[in-house]
Amino acid sequence: MSNPRSVFFVRKEFISARQAPASTIGVLGWIRNNLFSTPFNSLMTVALGGLGVWLIWGALDWLIFNAVWAGGNEACKVNPDGACWTFISTRFDQFVYGFYEKPERWRVDLILLVLFTGVFWSGWERAPARKWVGGFMLIPFPLIAWVVLYGGIFGLPVVETSQWGGFTLTLVVSLIGIIVSLPLGILLALGRRSNMPIIHSTCLFFIEFWRGVPLITVLFMAAYVLPLFFPTGLNFDQLLRALIGFALFAAAYMAEVVRGGLQSLNKGQYEAADSLGLSYWKSMRLIILPQALKAVIPGIVNTFIGLFKDTTLVLIIGLLDLLGMVHAAIADPNWSIRSVPTTGYAFVAITFFIFCYGMSRYSRFVEEKLNTGHKR
Amino acid sequence: MAGRAATTSIFNNSEFRAILYQLIMASLLIYLGWSIVENTIANMEARDIRAGFGFLDETAGFSIMMSLVPYEPGDTYGRVFLVGLLNTLLVAGIGVVLATMVGFLVGIMRLSQNWVVSRLATIYVEIFRNVPLLLQILFWYTAVLKPLPGPRQVFERNTEIYFGISNRGITVPEFIFLENFSFTTWTALLGILFTIGIHRWAKQRQATTGEQFPVFFAGLGLIIGLPILVFLLSGVPVEFTPAKMGRFNLAGGITIIPEFLAVLLSLVLYTASFIAEIVRAGIQAVNYGQTEASRALGLRNGTTLKLVIIPQAMRIIIPPLTSQYLNLTKNTSLAAAIAYPDLVATFAGTALNQNGQALETLAITMTVYLSLSLLTSAFMNWFNSRVKLVER
Repeated sequence: MSNPRSVFFVRKEFISARQAPASTIGVLGWIRNNLFSTPFNSLMTVALGGLGVWLIWGALDWLIFNAVWAGGNEACKVNPDGACWTFISTRFDQFVYGFYEKPERWRVDLILLVLFTGVFWSGWERAPARKWVGGFMLIPFPLIAWVVLYGGIFGLPVVETSQWGGFTLTLVVSLIGIIVSLPLGILLALGRRSNMPIIHSTCLFFIEFWRGVPLITVLFMAAYVLPLFFPTGLNFDQLLRALIGFALFAAAYMAEVVRGGLQSLNKGQYEAADSLGLSYWKSMRLIILPQALKAVIPGIVNTFIGLFKDTTLVLIIGLLDLLGMVHAAIADPNWSIRSVPTTGYAFVAITFFIFCYGMSRYSRFVEEKLNTGHKR
Repeated sequence: MAGRAATTSIFNNSEFRAILYQLIMASLLIYLGWSIVENTIANMEARDIRAGFGFLDETAGFSIMMSLVPYEPGDTYGRVFLVGLLNTLLVAGIGVVLATMVGFLVGIMRLSQNWVVSRLATIYVEIFRNVPLLLQILFWYTAVLKPLPGPRQVFERNTEIYFGISNRGITVPEFIFLENFSFTTWTALLGILFTIGIHRWAKQRQATTGEQFPVFFAGLGLIIGLPILVFLLSGVPVEFTPAKMGRFNLAGGITIIPEFLAVLLSLVLYTASFIAEIVRAGIQAVNYGQTEASRALGLRNGTTLKLVIIPQAMRIIIPPLTSQYLNLTKNTSLAAAIAYPDLVATFAGTALNQNGQALETLAITMTVYLSLSLLTSAFMNWFNSRVKLVER
């Protein structure tokens, strides 16, 4: 008689866990869960995926694989079914400098170099003396840049603003708009929240007026009507007038963004600042504005992006910015080839896309970095 | 110390300072306004410009390629204003409706669990909102619509054209509604009234008994199905006149000009990319607990969306959506760049260049946009207060 217990099966060691079925994990599982979970989903995947691949392939083919990279207008005439990049490279100097005199173009190069170095320096968080560079870029730099570009002192010959153009002009207009609009917008936002009725209503009227009218009418106003407002004899050039209109317009939008930040602050912050005995300006500078501005960084950057895109409107009053230059160059009869207009606009679009997308990415990054846990 | 208390300056009194600041501000404003008025009068006299709105009654003398009301070159500047205003409103009105539709669709697509769908929607949004609107308008007009072949290459001579695309735009037949068509209109109107009634009744019945009624399909039948039936029964009271290709040009029919198409297309695609982001953010802002709670109550996905998510998301969506509508309306002014005859291109463009009345013309134009903005935001505020959740 054998021991009955010996026939019992007792597992001595655990078998290791088996892998989940291949169709639910890994690439296959992901595809199944995300792309083909229901019949409708599968249909969408196939239809939209096909459309997407077709569009992206078509765009890449046109922009890169089938494009004409060199050889002037003759080469583009031979192959009109691809982008005509040689059109851009032939005219590249004009697109960057406009009609700025050739021997003086080093001044633009210098300013662009300082600008991009300064922006990257003050934007890179571990850079030394970051605050000083930022402060320099905000206040002295625009003035220095204007003097260097315009000339007239230090033996630099004068380059009239009517000769400025291309990407240089785009940067000048957008930077002036951005730099003027921030402080002015903060003042307007504070004024709108003031208890003093005259100051409150003045700021309110100013903000609502500029936000209610299209930028084009503002630029028309600056071009045609503004000279009438000044004493006879006093006259600004076309660019400066457009800049005044653009900056005031920008300030009104900035004011509303800043007001959002001021409103989002807890009332206790204002009361705490008061109870510390700080004066109005001190409490604003030390307590309120740092918090309020931090809260609306995404809004401020979005306004910057909007302003940067809006600089293209100056072409309607005859200033040739990057888009204006390209738009004018397309009309050249030597280049009347089917692929040229699309190439020109694609070039401008890519330029703007890089700047706008870059700014929005950077704001996302700063927002996450400054997030001190007060986010609801 | 006791002796110094009496010498506290009046400038330390906050009320006094408030009055002082405001007095300074007011006098600055008055001075500024007065000097602008005086300079303007002096400058206008020096340049021999007449002031006043009398020019509105003068003959304009130029033709406009598209107008919703009868217009000919002999009409006045006042008429030009009306034509331009209507063209602006037309493109803004259609643009708002289409941009809302595309924007909501893309916004919901961005939230899709399907990777392909959400990725495509993201690419669309990032491309269209990071490229200037003016560039998009110029692109569609100069690079896409204008290089299309002309009518002579597209259409054969002496053929009737029911639908055609050429560099003149989209050509469709002209519709003329005959007298019997009024039956269809009345049926549709009655259908709308009945649907509103059924909607109220069904809501009340569901509140008391819990039974549901397919209001949507009933409404569809009443507003669309029934009028179509009446339309067919009354003998199709519409006359088509298709366009005809003459020797050089198209005659008859309706042609939607490429300027209009370019402006509409770019406005819709540009604004929709912003609306999509607003919709996505609004839906994401609704706490996920809400979805879980409604699942726990046993509601289906569609019902959850309709009764729980969307009403709450709308509260967040509507204020920024309003400002997008305002932006779209103001952005119609960019149409001037490709000479679509809107308010800015005709009245503040061609007319201004002819008569030189810059101050008055621009003041009128700005007032129009200002009042459009104020009207739109008033309407949207009203709508917002309607959909706002009533809190106890």
